Amino acid sequence: MLNYFKPAVLLLLLLTLLTGIIYPLVVTAFAQLFYADKANGSLIVDIKGQAVGSTLIGQSFTQAKYFWGRASATSPYPYNASASSGSNLGPTNPDLITTVNTRVKTLQVAESSNKIAVPVDLVTASGSGLDPHISLAAVDYQIKRVAKARNMDENKLHELVNAHTETRQWFVFGEPRINVLQLNLALDQATR
Amino acid sequence: MTTQNFLQIVLYLVVLLALVKPLGTYMARIYQDEPAGLNRWLAGFEKLLYRWCSVDVKQDMRWTQYALAVLVFNLLGLLVVYALQRCQAVLPLNPQNLPAINPDSAFNTAVSFATNTNWQGYSGETTMSYFTQMLGLSVQNFLSAATGMAVLVALTRSFIRRNSNGIGNFWVDMTRSTLYILLPLSLLLAVLLVGQGVVQTTNPYQNVTLIEAVSYDQPKLDANGQAVMDVTGKPATETIETKQQTLALGPAAAQIAIKQLGTNGGGFFNVNSAHPFENPTPLSNFLEMLAILLIPASLCYSFGVMVGDTRQGWVILAAMTLIFTALVFVAVSAEQSGNPLLKVDQIASESQAGGNMEGKETRFGIVNSALWAVATTAASNGSVNAMHDSFTPIGGLVPMFLMQLGEVIYGGVGSGLYGMIVFAIVAVFLAGLMIGRTPEYLGKKIEAFEMKMAAIIILVPPLMVLGGTALALMLEVGKVGVLNNGAHGFSEVLYAFSSAGNNNGSAFAGLSANTPFYNFLLGLIMLFSRYWLMIPVLAIAGSLASKKIVPVGLGTLPTHTPLFTVLLMITVLMVGALTFVPALALGPIIEHIQISQQSQVLPCGGQALPDCQAKSDLHTIHTQVQP
Repeated sequence: MLNYFKPAVLLLLLLTLLTGIIYPLVVTAFAQLFYADKANGSLIVDIKGQAVGSTLIGQSFTQAKYFWGRASATSPYPYNASASSGSNLGPTNPDLITTVNTRVKTLQVAESSNKIAVPVDLVTASGSGLDPHISLAAVDYQIKRVAKARNMDENKLHELVNAHTETRQWFVFGEPRINVLQLNLALDQATR
Repeated sequence: MTTQNFLQIVLYLVVLLALVKPLGTYMARIYQDEPAGLNRWLAGFEKLLYRWCSVDVKQDMRWTQYALAVLVFNLLGLLVVYALQRCQAVLPLNPQNLPAINPDSAFNTAVSFATNTNWQGYSGETTMSYFTQMLGLSVQNFLSAATGMAVLVALTRSFIRRNSNGIGNFWVDMTRSTLYILLPLSLLLAVLLVGQGVVQTTNPYQNVTLIEAVSYDQPKLDANGQAVMDVTGKPATETIETKQQTLALGPAAAQIAIKQLGTNGGGFFNVNSAHPFENPTPLSNFLEMLAILLIPASLCYSFGVMVGDTRQGWVILAAMTLIFTALVFVAVSAEQSGNPLLKVDQIASESQAGGNMEGKETRFGIVNSALWAVATTAASNGSVNAMHDSFTPIGGLVPMFLMQLGEVIYGGVGSGLYGMIVFAIVAVFLAGLMIGRTPEYLGKKIEAFEMKMAAIIILVPPLMVLGGTALALMLEVGKVGVLNNGAHGFSEVLYAFSSAGNNNGSAFAGLSANTPFYNFLLGLIMLFSRYWLMIPVLAIAGSLASKKIVPVGLGTLPTHTPLFTVLLMITVLMVGALTFVPALALGPIIEHIQISQQSQVLPCGGQALPDCQAKSDLHTIHTQVQP
């Protein structure tokens, strides 16, 4: 029996050293050396040097002058980036239907002039609860409201939106999308 | 199914299959100890490792010895992960001062990572210190994967050996898998992921100032932490406003690379690869998704090389790929068709992915979420990039069914292929019965002992899955954790046991499984279904190695032909369907019927809203807004 335990203990120890300490530290060293910004959370820093968010993590927006992002199911408040979570509501769950309908209502009240059907991603909770993006359709849906709230020319706003549109990566991967936080920051800049 | 969806699926399959031969060849050379670059450059280090650890490289283990080495090594690993979790409060690299994990959850997690399941009852960023993640979870990600690969290599070896007692040396097989295959591939993937934005730091969580403050209600607590009641006797709430967002960070990239490559699947963060820090871009998603199936698929080719006929490997890979591809299209179509109960615009266009977006990320859309779900459950990976619980009934049925097939459609690293080889043995046995000859596979006679072991391997997971589901549904402790009611609630429980009983690890995460009942029951099931498959597989290996090799004769069923691919597929699907269709009928199939009926009776998703018309006019309106 001992001739099993000895190699088992020692191999576990040495392989722990190799895969649990050396390997992650090598990756950390590489990351901090070559990709320090990304490895530390892709932070957005304002002029005062204060971190105001991450390009990868969404924030909650409810004011008319901002574009709104995906619904977030994190608790206790939306976009809690220290406790990611989806809603996990099943497709037939009455709670899901009610919640989505409430969100649709809220949007329709906010944009009374808008008769387009609400794009699905704008009223459903993202998987992480931290999704930084919405679809182009979801931005289009909100343009009138934001332009009005900011007294901004709609065409100007369209230009700003186009400038912030991310296409499919390498023309193939993923979906076209817009980063809500970055777009809103750019809006604040433009109308300052 | 849009053109873009189709294109991304095809691209995924093409890249995956293109990598099978090069990686498969490399791995075969590693296991056969032929020059493959790395194993010559690091040969001195490998030798030194064996000397330090008093490993007798020359020892050719019998199957019982091999099994004992596997068990001792895995048990020790399990104990270390348990101890680390229980002591993490006093250990270093715990910047968030996270407390020790309670015994039942720590047991569940330790078992889960040692058995390559990576079922997660806990939530990463609020539970595990960086130290536990690195030295406990990451390490088992490597070692549990290497264990699976070692057992596969032992089984493969038994086909080539004749009249032999031994099936190889576990320490050597396991060390080589780690050193030459898992570690270099992980290093490469981790570096690529960091370049895409996956975090990798030992700094504490980062606070940022929000653009718009968030206010929320929270139960009021008194000085003793008890809820304060208001005048009506209900718990009082207070409104809190926060201007801060705390970004959970950590040494994630290194762990994510191996959790994808080693078919582990245990996320660094709670929502796994749906988290933007764990899977930030469509490209990182593609790489992580590729990593899920890369080694399991390539091992088929290695198997072919090692048994001296690569066609044998291709035949198995073809069976896996055909079933996989068919199910990808089912799942993607189901998700793309959306949720008929929601009265919103779900039609795919150039400006949105459309479909059932609840629980999915915008950057991945429908196709990458559904494709991932199929890949992660075809392999016993279990990582997710979308919440499976919120999938449409059919979209959720596909992952569940793939797990129930026994994790043999690619399956876990090593474990998937040894499972599939067992199915191949059953297939030649069935064919043997039909033509009235003694069945042979790769020159080895398949006799009563092999068939008994194969029967254990095929029967243990269904017993665990169906028995566990039945038990949980009979007990109050099993039912309280269910989030969604009705048929979907049944699916949540069935999914949990399918996942644990086949060492997958993904979940219908609405089920609150971090309770003593689920932690213990699922923990025991994971242990049982890992080792009561592994031990019989090693027994088969021992028995085959001791046999002579019979030459191919007229009565030999050729196992390198498309006909055998079909036979193998039928065997896998028949066993899976006969065992699980009744259970599936009670869950996702009923739910599918319900959802279709509800949407027909009530065109407005069951809601009497005045602007009901919008849905039927949806298509026309939408095309009008296109510029």
